Amino acid sequence: MTSIDTPPARQAGASRSPEAARSVQSRGAVPWPLGIPALVAALFLLVPLAGLLIRAPWRGLPGILADSQVLDALRLSLVCASVATAVSFVLGVPLAWVLARSQARGISVLRALVTLPLVLPPVVGGVALLLAFGRQGILGRLLDEWTGITLPFTTAGVIVAETFVAMPFLIITVEGAFRASDRGFEEAAATLGASRLTVFRTVTLPLIGPSLLAGAVLCWARALGEFGATITFAGNFPGRTQTMPLAVYLALESDPDAAIALSLVLLVVSIAVLVGLRGRWLSTGPAA
Amino acid sequence: MAEHWTRRVTPPQPGDALVMSGTVERGSFRLEADLTAAPGEVVGVLGPNGAGKTTLLRALSGLDALSSGSIRLGDLTLDDAATDTFVPVERRPVALVFQNYRLFPHLDVRDNVAYAPRVQGAGRLQARAAADTWLERLDLTALATRRPHEISGGQAQQVALARALAAEPRLLLLDEPLSALDARTRLDVRARLRSHLDQFTGPVLIITHDPLEAMIMADRLVVIENGRVVQQGSPAHVARQPATQYVARLVGLNLYTGTLDPTTRHVHLDAGGTFTVTLGDDDGVGSAVAGLPTRRVLVGLRPSAITIHTARPTHASPRNVWKGTVVALELLADRVRVQVDATPPALVDISTGAVADLALRPGTLVWLSAKATETEAYPDPGTPERRRTERE
Repeated sequence: MTSIDTPPARQAGASRSPEAARSVQSRGAVPWPLGIPALVAALFLLVPLAGLLIRAPWRGLPGILADSQVLDALRLSLVCASVATAVSFVLGVPLAWVLARSQARGISVLRALVTLPLVLPPVVGGVALLLAFGRQGILGRLLDEWTGITLPFTTAGVIVAETFVAMPFLIITVEGAFRASDRGFEEAAATLGASRLTVFRTVTLPLIGPSLLAGAVLCWARALGEFGATITFAGNFPGRTQTMPLAVYLALESDPDAAIALSLVLLVVSIAVLVGLRGRWLSTGPAA
Repeated sequence: MAEHWTRRVTPPQPGDALVMSGTVERGSFRLEADLTAAPGEVVGVLGPNGAGKTTLLRALSGLDALSSGSIRLGDLTLDDAATDTFVPVERRPVALVFQNYRLFPHLDVRDNVAYAPRVQGAGRLQARAAADTWLERLDLTALATRRPHEISGGQAQQVALARALAAEPRLLLLDEPLSALDARTRLDVRARLRSHLDQFTGPVLIITHDPLEAMIMADRLVVIENGRVVQQGSPAHVARQPATQYVARLVGLNLYTGTLDPTTRHVHLDAGGTFTVTLGDDDGVGSAVAGLPTRRVLVGLRPSAITIHTARPTHASPRNVWKGTVVALELLADRVRVQVDATPPALVDISTGAVADLALRPGTLVWLSAKATETEAYPDPGTPERRRTERE
């Protein structure tokens, strides 16, 4: 058996033959033990999406999408994901700054804990939210007693669930940007008379603008697709807590065509997000 | 905020002198600096990399705090370790032009210059108007709407200066203002910078490691080495009587340490050999040396004051003559610098014609001579022994 690494030129003789050149060229080719699994992986990821497109009820699509229940779910999804992103932005950006800049002890532990929802099964997140903010939860009971507000099984609950799951995406993106940003500009601003808060507002934030946008878009996309925590914490009430992913799941049993149509809508949104982030997350070059 | 703004726009008072005496510690590095700067005076801070020049600027601007001592600017105490006084960086009437300018990339030139007035409480229009005034004064109006990446290095330097001046500081600090520029731009920007600094009424500190820049820009030089001020004085004084090998190399002087016998005017050099010297009489240095029986002195000798011979010279005038071997030849702009290994070693500048006439090349045995009148001795301001005891 001939080793792949042995250039044929060595057998042919000492002279630099065309074979030698060919062996150099073939370095760019993919060896089959890598190429075949790679092909399988690519097909595995792409075939289901193709299936969605092939089986889509294109002709009935306008009718399905015009259904008021579908529109309700779509509207609810967009509103909840947007509000969750706004909440994540207002609370998450300061937390990202603290994680990036604070010298306090235990910051690395805090960073690990607040990004836990990234890897936590969303259903577990939903259960945890119920225990904290449920009517009998540690905070939920106080909230209920003091204000009469209960979060579970309400639209506000959907936003809470989505924020819980999606905010860490914004935090890690923005924290990385804070870390990488040039402190020299902040020093320059301070020497010109800017207080720390003014420096943050006028220099730090504008300089990481692209990362803020990327973090917000990632957060929004994650919130839009959120299923597990939402259905656990907020339930599945059409018009109130039934977001698109929940509607898809429910429709799959009764009306598969509607499920496919709704899935198509989410696919389009996802592609739009990817295109929006193009060059930041898709590019593989050194410019990334 | 409004009150703050008013305080910052107060024009520099005559008599706003900078007086610093203190220690700054950054990690294991320690800078001990005693220096003063009069209003309107341009002080050049010269020193090798890592000497503590940037640390000095950071302490003055408030980016770092003193660990002991104090900094005063006119009647303001900016930092005083003894009374735990520390005016934070954003409240100090001190502006710093950074080495790489640090112009805000997300703001255009006008908004960069308007930044200080704006964050100090001026309204948007008021700040822009102030910026326009400065842009006009520095002849930068045409660049107002450009972003920092759209202007040249020389222009960026001028914008950085305008941005600093727009803060209406009472002390202006410049960190290597010309080092990021190419040689041709440097000449032009240097001339413009000098003329702007002349109009500034507060003290100015310019950090540089380029002796020529320091000589041209500064009224007075402060030399820092290894975290200590080793010499202060007028550019002419520093150039003629360098206190350390570093300064001597910068100004292109042979510098020797030795012990003077004032009666014979002989200096026994640490590097070996003996020179007959002239005792510099400017600043009363000569009398100071002459009054003592023996003492540590420095001997400065210009490379162009040394003559090279291929045979032992015979002269009537009192001369120092010593023997050595040519080590290397380096072509300078209009002459050749010859490095001679001798006791003591020396750099000698001669004309290119002389190199050919004498057939000099590495290995050639030569005689060096220098008139006693060109060989000037002056007191060593800081012998290594004394410095060590001072530190302890």
